[in-house]
This record gives sequence, C-alpha cells and structure tokens, in this order.
Amino acid sequence: MALATVVPGVAGAAGEKLVGTLQTSRSGPIAGVGITVETADGDEVDSVETDENGRFSVDLPGPGQYTISLDADALPDTVKLGSGGDTRTVTVDPGRSQPVNFGLSDGSANSGGGTIRAVQLFVDGLRFGLLIAVCAIGLSLIFGTTGLVNFAHGELVSIGAIIAWYINVRAGVPLIPATIIAMVVGAAVGALNERGIWRPLRRRGTGLVAALVVSIGLSLLLRYLIQIVYGGFSNPYGDYQSQRAVSYGAFSLTNRSLFSIIISVIVLVLVAVMLQRTRIGKAMRAVSDNRDLAASSGIDVNRVILVVWMMGGALATLGGVLLGLSDQVQWDMGFRLLLLMFAGVTLGGLGTAYGALVGSVIVGVFVQMSTLVIPDDMKYVGGLLLLIVILIIRPQGILGSRARIG
Amino acid sequence: MPAEPAAHGAHAAGPGEAAAVPARGSGSDRGPQRLAQAALKDLPWEVGVAKPDPAIVVDGVTRTFGGLTAVSVDHLEIQRGGITGLIGPNGAGKTTLFNLLTGFDQPNTGTWSYDGRSLGKLSPHQVARLGVVRTFQLTKALSRLTVMQNMLLGAQQQRGENFLSALLPGTWRKQEAANTEKAMDLLRRFKLDAKKDDFAGILSGGQRKLLEMARALMSDPQVVMLDEPMAGVNPALTQSLLGHVKNLREEGMTVIFVEHDMDVVRDISDWVVVMAAGKVIAEGPPESISQNRAVVDAYLGAHHDAPLTVEEEDRVLAEASAAIARDEGTDADVLSSDRPNPERTDR
Amino acid sequence: MSDLLNAFAIAGKAFFGFQAIFFALLAIGINIHFGYTGLLNFGQIAFAMLGGFGIAISVSQWGLPFWVGVVVGVAAAVALALLLGLPTLRLRADYLAIVTIATSEGLRLVFRSVSATPVTGGTRGLAAFNGDFMDLAPWDTQHRYRILGTTWSGGELWVALIGWVLVILFSLLTWQLMRSPWGRVVKAIREDEDAVRALGKNVYAYKMQSLVLGGVIGAFGGMVYAVSTGSAIPDQYQSANTFLAYAALILGGAARVLGPVLGSMILLFLLQFADTGLRALISNGVIPEGLLSSTDVAQIRFVLVGLGLMLLLVFRPQGIFGDRREVMLDAR
Ligand SMILES: Nc1ncnc2c1ncn2[C@@H]1O[C@H](COP(=O)(O)OP(=O)(O)OP(=O)(O)O)[C@@H](O)[C@H]1O
Ligand SMILES: [Mg+2]
Repeated sequence: MALATVVPGVAGAAGEKLVGTLQTSRSGPIAGVGITVETADGDEVDSVETDENGRFSVDLPGPGQYTISLDADALPDTVKLGSGGDTRTVTVDPGRSQPVNFGLSDGSANSGGGTIRAVQLFVDGLRFGLLIAVCAIGLSLIFGTTGLVNFAHGELVSIGAIIAWYINVRAGVPLIPATIIAMVVGAAVGALNERGIWRPLRRRGTGLVAALVVSIGLSLLLRYLIQIVYGGFSNPYGDYQSQRAVSYGAFSLTNRSLFSIIISVIVLVLVAVMLQRTRIGKAMRAVSDNRDLAASSGIDVNRVILVVWMMGGALATLGGVLLGLSDQVQWDMGFRLLLLMFAGVTLGGLGTAYGALVGSVIVGVFVQMSTLVIPDDMKYVGGLLLLIVILIIRPQGILGSRARIG
Repeated sequence: MPAEPAAHGAHAAGPGEAAAVPARGSGSDRGPQRLAQAALKDLPWEVGVAKPDPAIVVDGVTRTFGGLTAVSVDHLEIQRGGITGLIGPNGAGKTTLFNLLTGFDQPNTGTWSYDGRSLGKLSPHQVARLGVVRTFQLTKALSRLTVMQNMLLGAQQQRGENFLSALLPGTWRKQEAANTEKAMDLLRRFKLDAKKDDFAGILSGGQRKLLEMARALMSDPQVVMLDEPMAGVNPALTQSLLGHVKNLREEGMTVIFVEHDMDVVRDISDWVVVMAAGKVIAEGPPESISQNRAVVDAYLGAHHDAPLTVEEEDRVLAEASAAIARDEGTDADVLSSDRPNPERTDR
Repeated sequence: MSDLLNAFAIAGKAFFGFQAIFFALLAIGINIHFGYTGLLNFGQIAFAMLGGFGIAISVSQWGLPFWVGVVVGVAAAVALALLLGLPTLRLRADYLAIVTIATSEGLRLVFRSVSATPVTGGTRGLAAFNGDFMDLAPWDTQHRYRILGTTWSGGELWVALIGWVLVILFSLLTWQLMRSPWGRVVKAIREDEDAVRALGKNVYAYKMQSLVLGGVIGAFGGMVYAVSTGSAIPDQYQSANTFLAYAALILGGAARVLGPVLGSMILLFLLQFADTGLRALISNGVIPEGLLSSTDVAQIRFVLVGLGLMLLLVFRPQGIFGDRREVMLDAR
C-alpha cells in the first residue's frame, strides 16, 4: 500500500477537537511526531506528540478555523509528506471532532514505478467498484420493478452501516455477527420503506416524477435524522482496524480489503444465481421486464417488490459496512456514495441488475485509476465525468434499451 | 432504383394536374378523389409499383431491434393527393415505419424522400416543417394546456415563439389573433369549439383523437400521417372522423393512415399497403386486398389479435377460399408475393 | 411568550432577508426548468455557485470592477448551461436529474480542491469583494436600523432592496414569457416533447433556452448570497440547497409566477421560526436537553423540510396557492 491512510481516533465527549493518525502501510503508526495547532489569528492553541498508535487529538476552544502543522523532521526518513505540505487549514463545526489528513506516503509508489501504482489502484478500484455494486443492485432492481429513482437509497447504506456500528462498538458484538444482525434490520428498513411509503403512493397513482421528489424529501429527512442521532463524527468499527497491508507482488492489500473483495464477489454471484435460478428471482426479472404482463400471468407483483426492497436494504447495509471498514462510518457516507451508485447504475442502464454490476465496477475502477492523472481530492469528479461521457455516447446506458416512441 | 415515377399506368390524369388542385373549396366533380383514384386505377397490383406522382418514396429502409427486424421495406411510393391505407397485423412494423419516415427513429439502412428531397438526415421538427405531420397511435394531448393552446401550438412560423420577440407582445399579437381565428374554424369543424377553454387532459379518448388531428392541421400540412386515428373511437364519431379524413383529400393533402378496421379502410382509401413482419407484402386498391393470398395468410396465419370480429373473420375466410378457388382456375389476379425482391429487379 | 414573539420577529426578518431572496431566485429558475419546461434540474446550486464565485474571483483575485464580476458570473452560468445541456437535454427526465446533481457536486468538489485553491480559495473560499457594491448604497451601510422589532444593518437593507428588485424583475420576465407563444411551446414540452416535435418545434433549442434562462436567474441568486455574506465558500453551495429550493417551489406552487417567491418567503419564515422557537424552548427547559440539544436544531430544519416536501407532494402537490385540478391532470 503506497498511499498513507490517516485514521482519526474515536470521537470523545462534547467539545470541538482535531484528531488524526499518522501512519503509512509500510511504516505502520508513527509515534512521537510533534503537532501544533494555531487559531486563524496565529495564536497557538496546543502542541502535542502522536502516541504509540500514531494518534493525536487536540482539544479546541471552540468552533472556527484552525491551522494545524506537523514537525516534518520527526518523520522517519522513508515517509514523505503529500502534496499538501506539512500544514493544513481546517474549519471545525460546532461539536465536531474534525479529522485531519496529512496525506503521508512512504515512497513505495515512486520506487515501484507507474505500472505498479496502476495495478495497485486497479485492485483498489475493483474493491470499491464491487462495493458500489453491492449497494447499487437494490437501487437498480427497485427502479426496474417500480420505476422509482430512489434518491433515498444512500440513506439505506448509512443506516445499515450505523446500525452495525452501534451493535459492534456500543454493544460489543463482533463485527461479523453485528453485520448479519444489521442486514436483517436493513431488510426490515427496506420493507418499511415499501410498506409505509411507496406501496401506498403507488396505490394513489402518484407519478414517477412526484415520487422522485418524495424520495428526495425522504433522503433529507433521514440523512439529518441520522446526523441528530449519530452525530457528525466519523468513527471506525471496533474490529480489523490495525491491519498492515500484505504484499502480493504487484500490489498489496490489507486483509480487510481482500475480504471485502471476496465477500462482494460471493454476494454478487449469489444474487445472480438467485435472479437466474430461483422462482422469486425469475419473478423479479419478469416484473422488471413488464409489470402488467407479470401481474396478469399470476405473479404477485407487490410481494416481488417487497422482496426487492428487503434485498436492497440488506445489500445496502452490507455495502455500508464494507464502506465503513475502509472509510469509517459517517452520517452522510451513503449520500456521498449515492452519486457514484447512480453513475454505475446509469452506465449499465437503469433497471438492469447486471448492468448495475458492470457499471459500478467500471465506475469504481475509473474513480481510483483517475488519481493517476488527477489530484486525489477530485477523483469523484472523474467518475461523474465518465457518467456524462457515456450518456452522450449511449443515452440508454451500456446494457439498457431505448424506449419506443408512438 | 425506380425512384422516379414510372410512366406506365398513368394515363388518366397527369401528375402535374393532380398536384395543382387548389388547397381549399374544390367541390367540382374532377376533385382530387377522382384524380387520385383515376391515377391509381391502371397500376399493376404489385409490391413496389411506381406511382404516377409520388409524394413519398421509400427505398431499402430497414430497422432492427436486437434480433427482430421491425421494418424492411424495399421500395414503396405514396401517391400525392390520395388516401393511402396502411394495414397489417399487430407488430407488423407500421408505427415503426411512421417513426422512421418522420425522423423519430433512425433506420439501420435505407433512404426516403419527400418531393424528391431526402429526409434521411432530418430531425422530427425539420420533417414537420417541410409539411409532413403525423399523429400518434397513443394520443398525445397536451393535458395541462387548454384545447385552444393545443391548437395554437400547431401553427407554423410564429414570431412569438422566438425568445426575444416573445418579450415584445406587439410583434406577435396580430399573428396570434389570426391563428386563433383559424383554430376556431378548425375546432368548429371538429365539434370541439365548446371545449376550447378546457384543459385537454379532461377530453375523452375520442375527443383527444379529434384534437390531435385538428392540431396537426393547424400547420397546413402537405402530407398527413395518421396512426390509428379511429382506434377507441365510437362508431358515430368514427363516421365524422372519416368525413374529416376525406376532407383532407379534398383539400389536396396526401393522407397515409394506419387502421385495423377493414370496413374503414375499404371505405376511404384510394390505395392500400399491407405490411407483415416488417415487409410490404401487398399493395393495391382496397378491393384487391381481400383477394390477396399473402394478406390472408398474414392475417390468419400469424397469431394476432387485431380487432377482426367473428363476421369479419368469416368473411375473410370466405374470400380466401374464393381466391384459392379462382387461383386454381385462372392463376391470374393475385399478383403480390412474399418475395418482392425478384419482382422488383424485373422491372 | 416574549420568547415566542421574539422568534416571530426574527422569523419575520427571514421573510424578507437575503436568504429568502437567494431561495426565491433559485426557485424562480427551477420554476422555469421544472415547473414550466419539465426539466428535472437538480444542479441549480451549481449555477448559484458560479454566480457567487464569478464576482468573488473577478474582484478579489483578478482585481476587476464589481460589475465585470456580475458579467463574468452570468457568462459562467450560460457556459455551464450550454455544457450541461448539450449532452443531457436529449436524455430522459430521470437521467437528466442524475447528471445535473452529479455535475453540481462535481463542480463543488473541484472548487474546494487543493488544486483549485489559487483561484477559488479552496475550502476557505474568498472574501472581501462586496465593497464596491456596498459603496453604491445611498445610505450608511454600517448604521443599524430598527424595523418592526428587528434590527437590520444598512448593508443588509441595501442587499435586500436590490435582491427584491431582481426578484420582481425576474418574476415579471417569467410572467411575460409564459403568456407568450414561447411559453406555450415550453409548457407543451413539459407535457409531451414528442408531440411538440411532430408539430415542427425544435424542442432541443427551447429546452436549452429554458436551461440557460433558469440557470442565469439561479446565478443571480448566488450573487445575492455571496454579496450579502461577504464571502464565497464552496461548501456553502451544497446540493441540499437545490432541494430546499424545490421545496420552496412546490410549497408555493410550481408553474405559477409567484409560486417560487411566496414559497421561499414562507419556507424561510417557517425554518427561522422553528429554529428560534426550538432554541427558545430548549433553553427554557420546555424541551428536555436529553431529547434535543440546541446543536441539533440546525439539523431539525432539514428534517422538517424533508418531511414537508414529502407531505406536500403526497397531499397537496399543487402547493399552497395552486389549482388542484390542473395537477391531477399530470400524467407523469
Ligand atoms: N423501441 C423498440 N424496442 C424494441 N422493439 C420494438 C421497439 N419499437 C417497436 N418494436 C418492435 O417492433 C415490432 C413492430 O412494432 P410496431 O409498433 O411498428 O407495430 P405496428 O405494426 O404498429 O403494430 P400495431 O398494429 O399493434 O400498432 C414489434 O414487434 C415491436 O415489439
Ligand atoms: Mg402501431
């Protein structure tokens, strides 16, 4: 792993603070580096050193803008500062424990050369793309079966990840059983969505555009409700955090990333088998294909849609946990992923499950690989650009088909 | 390619004469109906036959959806000033052909032209501006516009439709008043004048068909393409719609319409084109069609649910057996075939 | 009780304040896009961002006069509309929604990125560019005035005055356009664009004109916001603002000239009233601290907006002032 990761510590009680962890995958945590925080006016707030886990935490007098700098001389020789230098300026919101990322790198990228970095990014992108696919299949199937473009799907991801976090960190259940419990809850949340909102709306004959705007309202409602309940922090799960990357020749991966890939692939294969072989899977495809025809041939359309929602909820939860493992759990993590999910689903053609898979993987790989040419903080922009370019060439998506006229 | 009108069979009325009929108020006995019928009278009943004065010429147009060939028309000419009925079982490709001709869909191959002008690269609004307007099988009434606004939308070359002139009402008031006048005329003819200030969304299905047709006529079109104008319209209204379609011909317009009801087709069309599985399998005057073996096969062989009533089906069957009997006797009149290609190269 | 009255007064200020103007201008633009033309533009905030930064960058980075900044902002909005419209206006409504929101998020990410910092100021944004504008005020912008129990600075009043003039001008423009044949074509496109094509109208060109017009109005909204806060920060231009503007539009009634204006005023009034009221209730101990802390109040606003948006669309899609009959005809 060539890129440095900075893992902010678990947020403490009330009060604003700056937190972060200095480590790179080769060197592991870096202890004893001086960190100085100043206010916008240049008054020093505090000066600390990172602990043996590479962590630091500075309490602040209040919200506002701060400059944080690190003592670059204290870094090991192999570790280099990123393009941002040794100083960061951050704005801290009230009550927030603001993570700070110094973007350290351990030089392995340069020593390994461009192709190695490309391979590494490709594998990372694959992990990310598969994760997007796990989240997005529900989105795509919901669109296919009901025509709804669900802007609240990101919140299913956040809710799932956060429920798993509560079960894991607060209740002390190991992450794997916690995830399984959370997936059950996620399925229930999906079912609640369908039974509480969308089925009644379909019965009222609400138009698709109106439904789309309703889903935006729901997304706002849920997102900020989550922020009230969970808070604005970003927190890691309790397990599998302090892993070092294992080298596989051309690339290296932490075990949790490796398992993220394996789990995603298994789940996606299972979904594909289900769609192809099982009764309910075939029914889903039939309803996607032509709802009226499916209804008239004796399929209970509402039941199929309910199952799609439950499946979508459970898969979004799983995807959320995988995302939380790599990027920490945050209140708006799902919303930020939503656009990439849309990109993936749209690329593949709205409504086709396999399209969602292909499109998501392309988006994930593209987003990661684009950092070869564009700065890291603009990588999502690359994914969104890809979406627009593909839509110009193929307005119906990669696997989608054109609607008829007249 | 026989794109130019062939001379044979066109002796009754010169093509120029047919085209020169004034647009309105022709009540004389040498009206356009006679002209078109006379012009078409002596044509052979074969697929791809050249018309004396074609308005639209289609050449080698194909359109596939995945593995399905929805349209594959080798050669087709539409007589100017006549009513051409386009029939065929469900899924024959009639609507797709309309979509192609009016620029709503792009073909895989082929060219087509209107008045000798190729339409291949044009977008739908450009086709419409040339005077070729269409209606849709699934009626497109603009629900949250009033009936009058629907009508006014049909008028062409409105100054007020330009963004900047829109801001200066003085530049378009007069034209708007004239258009409103014209729209009222048409609405009265289509018995919709009482509804002029209602939202189009509250009209009944049949009234929407009428409105769509009237709206298309606001643009003073040369060619009108109607996709099942009578579908879902009650018999009384059908009669009045039929009257309107005939009127269009009296006004010198070229009409192409898709219809499943054979009685209607027989009643008003000068020429009938039959499509099945994307191909034109037969064409000829209405009376030729029910004698045509390919047509009967297409209708009865293919599983379809066109609105053939029991009586109609009986009749088609009877006609079919009559045709077969005659075939065995004379082997004459049934000219069309499933394989139009070799025939066309003959000519 | 006095708390509540106070909350009412502060909310009353919100009724006329720069935020109401900001959302009114965003919503007037969205009304042209969505209400009249049927374009599902969820990237309206990007136009506002370009408007705000057009002034900010021109004045504080390039040292140009204020009015040139306004021109730059408008030009940037036009350019964005053209770039966005070129590929997307041929797309289905739902694809358009996705592409526009993606564009606005993408643009914000670019503006706040490290590489853009030399131009946009990155996450810190830009400040100190509204001096020229404030100098134009005919009264003392530093002086504080009391109006109906609320305090306004001279600068706030000046921004509000110009802002409302803009709102009125753009409302008049919308009114004139929508009663012209141009407006008829645009409304017909909302109903069924294929039918309009078949009648010989260049649908693509009309959609583009509508997108540009609504986008430019949104850019003016962003300018009002930037000038009145005196700073332009990329993270102020979050997509949630687009959704708030949609809520305002639907509240007031889409496809009505005054719908977006009244909707924004009412929305801002309600939000501010809920905000101040809730804070008062919490500090009075009426709402126990354990249930809701005063830091949560900012989030509660969005929760309420989300809930309101859903309930409105389900139970009163025509908005407060709309005509239900008309909405029921909506077949989409
Ligand atoms: N956009 C499309 N995508 C895929 N297949 C299509 C599309 N449009 C049409 N088809 C297929 O092309 C064939 C011809 O369709 P078309 O609508 O032209 O038939 P039609 O002759 O108008 O039938 P009807 O009399 O029922 O209206 C049908 O099999 C239809 O399923
Ligand atoms: Mg058809």
